[in-house]
Amino acid sequence: MEKQLQQLKEEALVKIQEATSVKELNDVRVAYLGKKGPITDLLKGMGKLPAEERPKMGALVNVVRESVTESLEARMALLEEEAINAQLANEAIDVTLPGRPAPTGNHHPLTRVVEEIEDFFISMGYEIAEGPEVEKDYYNFEALNLPKGHPARDMQDSFYISEDVLLRTHTSPVQARTMEAKGGEAIKIICPGKVYRRDNDDATHSHQFTQIEGLVVGENIRMSDLKGTLDLFAKKMFGEEREIRLRPSFFPFTEPSVEMDISCFKCGGDGCNVCKKTGWIEILGAGMVHPNVLQMAGYDPTAVTGFAFGMGPERIAMLKYGVEDIRHFYTNDTRFISQFHRTEA
Amino acid sequence: MLVSTKWLNEYVNINGIKPEVLAEKITRSGIEVDSIIDRSHGMTNVVVGYVKECVKHPEADKLNICQVDVGDEVTQIICGAPNIAAGQKVIVARTGAILPGDFKIKKAKLRGEESNGMICSLQELGIEGKHVAKAYAEGIYVLPNDALVGADALPLLGLDDTILELDLTPNRSDALSMLGVAYEVAAILSQGIALPSINYKESNEKASDVLKLRVEATKDNPMYVAKVVKNVKIGESPLWLQNYLMAAGVRPHNNVVDITNYVLMEYGQPLHAFDYDRLKTGEIVVRHAIEGERITTLDDADRTLNTHNLVITNGEEPVALAGVMGGANSEVHEGTTTVVIESAYFAPSSVRQTSKEVGLRSDASTRFEKGVDPNRVQEAAERAAQLMAEIAGGEVLAGSVVFDELDKTPVQITVSPDYINNRLGMKISMDEMLTILERLRIPTQAINGKLVIDAPTRRQDLRIKEDIIEEIARMHGYDEIPKTLPVTESKPGGLTPYQAKRRIVRQFLEGAGLLQAITYSLTSKEQSQAYALETAPVTELLMPMSEDRAILRQSLIPHMLEAATYNVARRIDSVSIYETGSVFLGVEEDGLPREVEHVAAVLTGKWVDNAWQGETKKVDFFVLKGIIEGMMDRLGMSASLSFEQASLEGMHPGRTASILLNGENIGMVGQIHPTEQKKRDLKETYVMEINLEKVLSTNTDELLYVPVPRYPSMSRDIALVVSTDTSAGTLETIIRQAGGKLLKDVKLFDLYEGDNVEDGKKSIAFSLTYFDPERTLTDEEVVKAHDKVLNALTEADAQLRG
Ligand SMILES: [Zn+2]
Repeated sequence: MEKQLQQLKEEALVKIQEATSVKELNDVRVAYLGKKGPITDLLKGMGKLPAEERPKMGALVNVVRESVTESLEARMALLEEEAINAQLANEAIDVTLPGRPAPTGNHHPLTRVVEEIEDFFISMGYEIAEGPEVEKDYYNFEALNLPKGHPARDMQDSFYISEDVLLRTHTSPVQARTMEAKGGEAIKIICPGKVYRRDNDDATHSHQFTQIEGLVVGENIRMSDLKGTLDLFAKKMFGEEREIRLRPSFFPFTEPSVEMDISCFKCGGDGCNVCKKTGWIEILGAGMVHPNVLQMAGYDPTAVTGFAFGMGPERIAMLKYGVEDIRHFYTNDTRFISQFHRTEA
Repeated sequence: MLVSTKWLNEYVNINGIKPEVLAEKITRSGIEVDSIIDRSHGMTNVVVGYVKECVKHPEADKLNICQVDVGDEVTQIICGAPNIAAGQKVIVARTGAILPGDFKIKKAKLRGEESNGMICSLQELGIEGKHVAKAYAEGIYVLPNDALVGADALPLLGLDDTILELDLTPNRSDALSMLGVAYEVAAILSQGIALPSINYKESNEKASDVLKLRVEATKDNPMYVAKVVKNVKIGESPLWLQNYLMAAGVRPHNNVVDITNYVLMEYGQPLHAFDYDRLKTGEIVVRHAIEGERITTLDDADRTLNTHNLVITNGEEPVALAGVMGGANSEVHEGTTTVVIESAYFAPSSVRQTSKEVGLRSDASTRFEKGVDPNRVQEAAERAAQLMAEIAGGEVLAGSVVFDELDKTPVQITVSPDYINNRLGMKISMDEMLTILERLRIPTQAINGKLVIDAPTRRQDLRIKEDIIEEIARMHGYDEIPKTLPVTESKPGGLTPYQAKRRIVRQFLEGAGLLQAITYSLTSKEQSQAYALETAPVTELLMPMSEDRAILRQSLIPHMLEAATYNVARRIDSVSIYETGSVFLGVEEDGLPREVEHVAAVLTGKWVDNAWQGETKKVDFFVLKGIIEGMMDRLGMSASLSFEQASLEGMHPGRTASILLNGENIGMVGQIHPTEQKKRDLKETYVMEINLEKVLSTNTDELLYVPVPRYPSMSRDIALVVSTDTSAGTLETIIRQAGGKLLKDVKLFDLYEGDNVEDGKKSIAFSLTYFDPERTLTDEEVVKAHDKVLNALTEADAQLRG
């Protein structure tokens, strides 16, 4: 019987090693260790043995059984790992295949620029004021110190609807309306919007374009406040290293009037084709609100002062992103607009 | 304004200052220098030559063989100019010379004849043809006889000069003259200024003896000065004068006309010269034209006049259009011997109106339009008289014939240094302010700690205190102004709820995959009302630039469809774009159209394009509807939103819906009509447009937390067969009404028409979710509620399946 047991063990161990799948191995388990297997049979047959041999035989059967079980488990672990590996190999994908596209829309580049400017000034305590695109001559010109027949009206040939109504030529009428509505209160606003001028559309002109203007009115608002504000703005918009310079200019609604240049963000001021070799780029017009404008809106120019500034998002976008033709902003070629989906810096 | 630095140097000493440096200083302190033009263009080897001999080329009709003395040799040059002749002093570009446009002069053989250089026209030296005197416009330039043979021709022609091109703002009309620029430059450089000294010998005869003057239109012509010069000899001006005119962009004519133009450029005071004899009457009458009166101006145009046009007449007929252009009938010509010099002040508005009407803008009219210096009217006339005596050999009659009601008192401005410093945020001392004003030659007194300023009449832009602030600031330097921030009441900035929600709408639509478009507001008559959500009169331009941009849009869709077509034509088959912008409807009481902000979208081509995974889906109605639903849900309005089948112009009759918010129509969504698609070269295209203002001004549903379910929900599916014209929306309403408060959700999950379903019927399936937040539902409760739903559906002729 001992011999028989030994033979059974050898046989089982061979079968275990020969099993190549989890299923085959399970069959081996059932065959040798199952309730109807030979080892169980041997244990059942122990009753026939003399009593003194039973413990010895019992121990022997258990040793054989453990040895078979151990071998089985080892083999099982191996086969399971192989099976998982095979499955994983089977599940492998080509990770270089394209991903499933997520929906990607984005702002028009002009909106992007406008919102960036809006957000900067909101952080400085400004509100956003808006107004009609079809405007009264009074708000577009007269309230801004441009009476009928003023020579500066030639500067901005306009689209008239009637003698007294036109498409606004700048967003300044929103400033005039806001001042009138605020009735003497302090003001800090930004006015973005569409404006229209009688220009033939070409690479640098568009009969419709965008403007964003700012206005601060209050007691003791000084030109140095304008300069400090614009300096912060230039650094935020075009980089911390930017310097600004003011040059005298003329706008009927401000006095003194200036134009602001920033040091070229392309070459840092050494001179390149963006800054036309000057190291400076003209960005906006500004000035101290003309006393006549304050007066017409119901403010006392001896008691309050103010500053105003205005710029063109098209120009800023063209400079920032190197766009060479203003018409790109209005043809709505999706290959153009979709380029502005990603963040900068 | 073109400023010759050579000419400028006659009034201010700018020797030794590089033009670039000068230009930068001028720009930084107030007047922008647009460009710097080197008139020499780097030319060398251009000399004065003497044509000793000139014979026809035997082989070429149009060529001449010239023997030219160029100083160190006599050399042969072939010349094709029609006006070449022996005995002339000419400009010779010698072999090795480089002319403008990188034109290198080389030894050449022309039809077998050697040519060592080129005899030049002024154009070949870089002068614009329209600035060359007519006599030389078609050929070579002939130098005066006293030109020194072999000498460098550039200084002789004034081409050793640099021009500063000024871009003048409308307020600085004072710099529309060489003297005005001289005042500015002298102030910048803290230099003295040398004004022209005027002295000439008057004849015994008095001007008033030969010329009568009557001004009838005294408001439009408050000052008129006439001087008479006899015995002038009309001829070519001296070279220096012609050179200055050409440098200033003025074509030389003859000495008398050139002198008036020279003084115009020097003083900024336009002058006119009449031929006294051709005036015929010895009288000048300034008046408004008679309706229908005619004049032939110097440009040979016959013009019919109106009663507001100011004219100079000889008492009988117009001889000039005041301040705009002279008449042909009184023009100075070769035989003129007696000249009347006119120097006047014409009202800016009058000149502006007339010059606009007749479409003539001249050097004279632009200056009158801005208002000339009242104190230079007389002086300019004297200056012209002096030059006519000196250059044209004229005899100036004594005195002037003058009408003068012009106010010449300077504007007085009193301002304290504190006022100036407070507005600049600086601390400039009163002494420095006085120094700056002195440099600018603005007469100023310090009285009781204030600056009392008599603004010079040449500076018409100085009217109020702020104008003085600007003068001080620009001369002191804007770089000196410190950087501070406004100290105002501290209030948080921010967007209004409307503006914030508009940004949410944009972000949502972009998140859904749409690109933002911006199209034009102006459109054509045909497109102006297409797809409009409401009917209203259009807003039309008085004078459109083109038919395509004549009327303000009432819908965003037409231009967005154009954008779609633009893209599709460039083989971008899938386009999904949106826009937010105003439409313009009717006219309100205040005379302005009602501007309403809309949001619109256009979708065409594929919506899902993931071809390698077999997922490709065309855009359809439900894609766009889903976007609208998502957007409205984001705005907290999904409960108030509904859609209703609609039939709209330009839209597919079976695939269009009105969008309703609380039952009110706020927009539409659908496929554009196939004929529209074809017209626009588009495939299946879906559009939507919504009145954004109505949406954003509607209150959002309150956002309140609903407890997360603690008890399980139960679902039941229903499959129905209904008539094809029963809408899913109708069924859903029936289900919701019958389901009671336990029914929490209804979801359509299947829709089928075709095989196995009777004709005219469709199969439709819903999944219903029952739920009680307080406890776990029992089967009996759900069965009870569900049976009510089934009954209601059966009553509505729906046939239950399975
Ligand atoms: Zn640069």
